[in-house]
Amino acid sequence: MTILSRKTLGMFLAATVLLAGCGSSVKLDDKAAPVESRTGSAVGPGGGAGAAGSSQSQVTSVDLTKSASDATLAKTIYFDFDSFVVKDEFKPIIEQYAKMLTADRKKRLVIEGHTDERGGREYNLALGQKRAESVQRALVLLGVTESQVEPVSFGEERPAAQGSDESAWAKNRRAELIQK
Amino acid sequence: MRAELFRPTRLSFTMPHRRTILVAAAGGLSLPALGQFRVEISGVGATQIPVAVARFRDEAAAPQPVGAIVRADLERSGLIRPIDAPGDLDERSQPSMSEWRGRGADALVAGSVMRLADGRFDVRYKLWDVVKGADLGGQAYAVTAPDLRLAAHRIADAVYEKLTGEKGVFSTRICYVSKAANRYTLRVTDADGEGGQVALTSPEPIISPAWSPSGREIAYVSFESGKAVVWVQEVASGARKPIANFRGSNSAPAWSPDGQQLAVTLSREGGSQLHLMGRDGNNLRRLTQSSAIDTEPAFAPDGKSIFFVSDRGGSPQIYRMPLAGGAAERVTFNGSYNISPAVSPDGRLLAYINRSGNAFRVSTLDLATGAVQTLTDTSDDESPSFAPNGRLLIYATRAQGRDVLMTTTLDGKIKTRLLSSGADVREPVWGPFGR
Repeated sequence: MTILSRKTLGMFLAATVLLAGCGSSVKLDDKAAPVESRTGSAVGPGGGAGAAGSSQSQVTSVDLTKSASDATLAKTIYFDFDSFVVKDEFKPIIEQYAKMLTADRKKRLVIEGHTDERGGREYNLALGQKRAESVQRALVLLGVTESQVEPVSFGEERPAAQGSDESAWAKNRRAELIQK
Repeated sequence: MRAELFRPTRLSFTMPHRRTILVAAAGGLSLPALGQFRVEISGVGATQIPVAVARFRDEAAAPQPVGAIVRADLERSGLIRPIDAPGDLDERSQPSMSEWRGRGADALVAGSVMRLADGRFDVRYKLWDVVKGADLGGQAYAVTAPDLRLAAHRIADAVYEKLTGEKGVFSTRICYVSKAANRYTLRVTDADGEGGQVALTSPEPIISPAWSPSGREIAYVSFESGKAVVWVQEVASGARKPIANFRGSNSAPAWSPDGQQLAVTLSREGGSQLHLMGRDGNNLRRLTQSSAIDTEPAFAPDGKSIFFVSDRGGSPQIYRMPLAGGAAERVTFNGSYNISPAVSPDGRLLAYINRSGNAFRVSTLDLATGAVQTLTDTSDDESPSFAPNGRLLIYATRAQGRDVLMTTTLDGKIKTRLLSSGADVREPVWGPFGR
């Protein structure tokens, strides 16, 4: 089977499914039938089968269910003290984002690195940057293009939790993944 | 001048005549809220010159208590111990030197504040050396009301210089970041923490302010665009522009001594690395090539080398590298965490923050001898910055549950607290001479 006729067959099958859903039965065969185009000029026999991919019946599918699942992607990866290693428990998140970003190369991601409040502001800004870049590296290893991802840092300036105890600090040592 | 031993004193404006001054001054003001200022001094210096500072004639009728400002300035220097000066004195008086010697004064300052017909003020002072019984002269200033504080500071500078031989820093300014609720402000105040004006208000964090050597501009990091970007802003006009806005984070601006270049920390090529750029953001050149964190640059005053923080050895320490090229050498060796370098104006001393246990403390390192000194016993210090005469450091710390700004003498013995507002204050930097 040539690609051409496979495509044509596929279109007819799709058309059959759609028409079956409409409740009317139309017998389809693979002989091209005259089709009235929108401009009113009739297309002769062989016109449909001869024009690969430019049939007036073409419908290109847009699947919003994929975007909806983007919203359910977890957005935060947490880190141990003084560490920028992405722990195993967060690998599934990395994999989900990698899948999304490799499927659509136009998609962009900003990774914000954060630290807890202990230590100097500029040094913590740099530590947060390391965390963001660590997440970026993990994504790139799974095929994401580096330019799709911008790692930035807020250091200790944007805590998620107020407080000066380990439970607050643990919530602040994080990287946030933000779709742009 | 006589040297005396003193008991430690804790001073605040609760003494009768001072309270009167404050109330009278506040009565005539339409200045923004924080009219109360408090000089809290802890510790005692070995040698302090006792100086009587009289209330300036008619200062209660002026918008600023000039004599009280002069007295507080001299007190904060740590080298001068103010003595009460009751009575009606001004610059034309003929005080009895023996009377003032009897009161324990080595010097006496008196003056007046007079409103001129055009709305300005004529401020005059005179200084007497009580020990020698000599008139050391004085000065007259004609200033607008907004510059009355500056006139008082200039008098304090002149008195300080005549008595100690050193340049005073009372006319200089400081800059710091204040945070309240979800608002950050960059503030410029006199060196005493008063006369505050807001340079920038933002809903996003502002960090790492840095005065240009001319004092006309401040560089800082703003997160207004969602990430760290370095801006330069003209203080007088508010005109501002971003000068480092590369991919990733841009931070830690430091001006070269000639004001023509800035060192910054950029992550545009991955990691945090030092770069040099012209004051307009042009001519970008990378300075460090490590796989570590290199940040917090600070120029040596001769402009030939740069101090910075690096964790290339495993934990953050302070290094120095020549700008002409060459290896960086480590300069801090005590403890495993040393950050935030500040170089003294004569290039001999490094101030920085050392972490010991859980305590972050202002420390100094003598670059020639290697001698290290810890200056505080608080545990949350940050951002040490030298006064331009090299005699004082300003820093931020936490005391009694509040974030405060402090100054300290280099031996750590005399400390004063600036600003009694309730806001969260951090990252002070001391501006240059030249206002």
